[in-house]
Amino acid sequence: MTAHERLRPYGAAFASRFLQMLQYRSAALAGFGTQCWWGGIKVMVLAAFYGGAATAAGAPMSLGQAVTYTWLAQGLLALLPWVGDPEVARAVRTGSIVYDRLRPVDAYALWYVRTTGWIAARVLPRVALMAAFAAVALPLLGLQAWAWQPPAGLLAAVGFLLSALLALMLSGAMVMLLNVANIAALNERGINTLAMPVVVVFSGNLLPLALLPDRWQTLLLLQPLAGLLDIPVRLYFGQLAGAAALGGLALQAGWVAVLVLLGRAAMRRTLRHLEVQGG
Amino acid sequence: MHPMHPVQSTQRGPPAAPRNMPHILADRLVKTYRISERDPGVWGAVRGVLQRRHRTVEALSGVSFSLERGELLGFIGPNGAGKSTTIKILAGILRPDGGRVEVDGRDPFADRERHVARIGVVFGQRTQLWWDLPVGDGFDLLRDIYRVDPVRYRRTRDELVALLRLEAVLDQPVRQLSLGQRMRAEIAAALLHEPELLFLDEPTIGLDAPSKLAVRDFVQRANRERGTTVLLTTHDMHDVQALAERVIVIGHGRVLADCSVEALRARVTAGQADGSPGQTAPDDPSIEEVITRFYALHGAGES
Amino acid sequence: MHSLALFTRLMAASLRGQARYPGSALMLALGQFLATGIELVAVWALFDRFGSVQGWRLTDVALFYGMVNMMFAMADALGRGFDVLGTDFLRTGNFDRLLLRPRPLALQLMGHDVRLSRLGRLLQGLVVVGWATAQGGITWGPASVALALFAIAGGVALFLGILVLQGTLSFWTVESLEIANVLTYGGVQAAQYPLAVYAQWFRRALTFGVPLACVAYYPGLSILGRADPLGAPGWVGWVSPLAGFAFLMAAFGAWRLGVRHYASTGS
Repeated sequence: MTAHERLRPYGAAFASRFLQMLQYRSAALAGFGTQCWWGGIKVMVLAAFYGGAATAAGAPMSLGQAVTYTWLAQGLLALLPWVGDPEVARAVRTGSIVYDRLRPVDAYALWYVRTTGWIAARVLPRVALMAAFAAVALPLLGLQAWAWQPPAGLLAAVGFLLSALLALMLSGAMVMLLNVANIAALNERGINTLAMPVVVVFSGNLLPLALLPDRWQTLLLLQPLAGLLDIPVRLYFGQLAGAAALGGLALQAGWVAVLVLLGRAAMRRTLRHLEVQGG
Repeated sequence: MHPMHPVQSTQRGPPAAPRNMPHILADRLVKTYRISERDPGVWGAVRGVLQRRHRTVEALSGVSFSLERGELLGFIGPNGAGKSTTIKILAGILRPDGGRVEVDGRDPFADRERHVARIGVVFGQRTQLWWDLPVGDGFDLLRDIYRVDPVRYRRTRDELVALLRLEAVLDQPVRQLSLGQRMRAEIAAALLHEPELLFLDEPTIGLDAPSKLAVRDFVQRANRERGTTVLLTTHDMHDVQALAERVIVIGHGRVLADCSVEALRARVTAGQADGSPGQTAPDDPSIEEVITRFYALHGAGES
Repeated sequence: MHSLALFTRLMAASLRGQARYPGSALMLALGQFLATGIELVAVWALFDRFGSVQGWRLTDVALFYGMVNMMFAMADALGRGFDVLGTDFLRTGNFDRLLLRPRPLALQLMGHDVRLSRLGRLLQGLVVVGWATAQGGITWGPASVALALFAIAGGVALFLGILVLQGTLSFWTVESLEIANVLTYGGVQAAQYPLAVYAQWFRRALTFGVPLACVAYYPGLSILGRADPLGAPGWVGWVSPLAGFAFLMAAFGAWRLGVRHYASTGS
């Protein structure tokens, strides 16, 4: 088999899930208004703390950057791994999960690709909408100070895109862990309840990680959730440039690798367990 | 089976209308629904947002009838004829677009709380009890909601439980009951506050034969021994035949017949004699055949 | 049975129903606790870095934060029936059942699904106010306690009014509009901070539109004994909670229109 042949089922799976999700137009719009307001309130609070000054003493980022960070966080919200892929839950409920063992493809890889397609299809429209609001509409309304600023240069933009792609892969790997938990019939509600606050804080969605206390910064950057949002945004602003940028990307990639391996092992074990039970 | 204790004047005071007025008065009721229409597909959805299109459905085009206290009326008609709409208007949860409705001298919607305090409603599909609560607890809660005197309540409840054989289900959550058990519990629930008027919407649907007979028997008792006015909607013609002295047939939003079952049978066999071609004319058509032919005569089959 | 007693009965029935699934109830409570906890983390972290926000200290903000969360917690526990009106009652046809009971609709809805877990936010709010008192040296006399209770009552009325409006909208759209979440959760987010820190147009909206300022900011100022940096006279804080009640009354006016509309169009 050529490489193309080998990758065909995965490419097809990604595309089909991606396109299927894109059709849910109402899902794309739902919550958009809420997010605009939510972002707006966060921006206003930040502006209040900065005291209206573009840079406050001791602040690791300017107000403009913090504002842009907030809008990026809203746009990329779907990257946060809160819930497992509903298709997996459905497959478990209906029992069709057993068919995946019968197909001549790697089960983890197939699900990974489908999950990533699901996430991507939810992220892209939201980012576009958010950009339309915060990067285009707000400046037009004269609210430039609260708008989504452009990246810090071409290199920063490229770095950001690469990092965002890695963030997508990272998110996929994390959601796969949630999927495996689903298959193993672990308490889904309980996991989601605990996961959400942790994810919101440590990805940088609540506040930019840099604004959290200084003494925690190293740990905050090294933990896996930082790669979902914080690292891409730092590249966007050029806060990680040159060697540091490569380091950030490597950190993301490293966590992707670790979580994928973990996910594969967990899935193998769970599916084997299922077979023993009779599926 | 124990006889039911006779009706005493209720603690809620005398009825609003003098006793010689009809219990229910429906006068030329009109009800039109607007259903928004939308082309299928994405493009249709977009156009739907920009430009609303409506289709009007005349559910009732002038329905008139009256019902005296203590009557037991069968309300029949094909699906989509306007039966549910009429029941909802009488119950007070739907307002007519035209015409007048009075129950016990009151406007059901305008005087909602006082009106519903004196009626009992059983909808075949939906339950009025609480899904997760045991049946007995649900009954107690209804007692509080309907402000029933505790002593009377206990007596009424015990009677109903005995008559409808509910002893076994009293401490089971409604969720766990079979359809037959649930229906019997619903009927008991509707009668706990001793209403003067009872609406039964498809009460025997999906029940097995013994349960159907139990329900029918019970409804008859309630009507005869307590003088409860009963309005029964059903597709089961045996219910109608067994219970109703009088039937109203609704079709195309109009009253097509308002007479006894026998009179209806006579009308249909007479119509038959007019010579509809190619149909065998048995001497004694079953009640289903009577109704089917009646619908056909009036072009009132299911729309 | 008197309406208040009935409401207690309905609430008890709802709680009993939840108690049948203790694991799930505990999980929900934990989730609520964590969700409100991270808001605290955000506030704390910002003060840790910046020290103060336009002259307001953490202990000042803590008072506003605590009071607003207490108000919302209680309204949230009472208003769930209106929140899920579209999905739980209108779409299923269960609303007809409520109409067939000889009791006010609002009462029945308020007794529906009273979630104990929501009251975790109430406890957190109370603790935060306690902390603000201890650390910030707030003196509580009978007058300020009375004002705090008045303000919280007005706040409960206000948030309940928002939920009633959300329920009213479902009569027309059947889908519950999540924009209402902007006003409730967003309102809590915004009103946690003294409104003086926001831009003028936003302050205006929050004073005259959805009068959060009237139930949180102005009474809070009076309790702290601070003058309003924006120049409003001192007596404002003592009467402004009335705006919350007025808002609720207006919301119920809209609600009655909604019920009429429902009865005209059917389900």
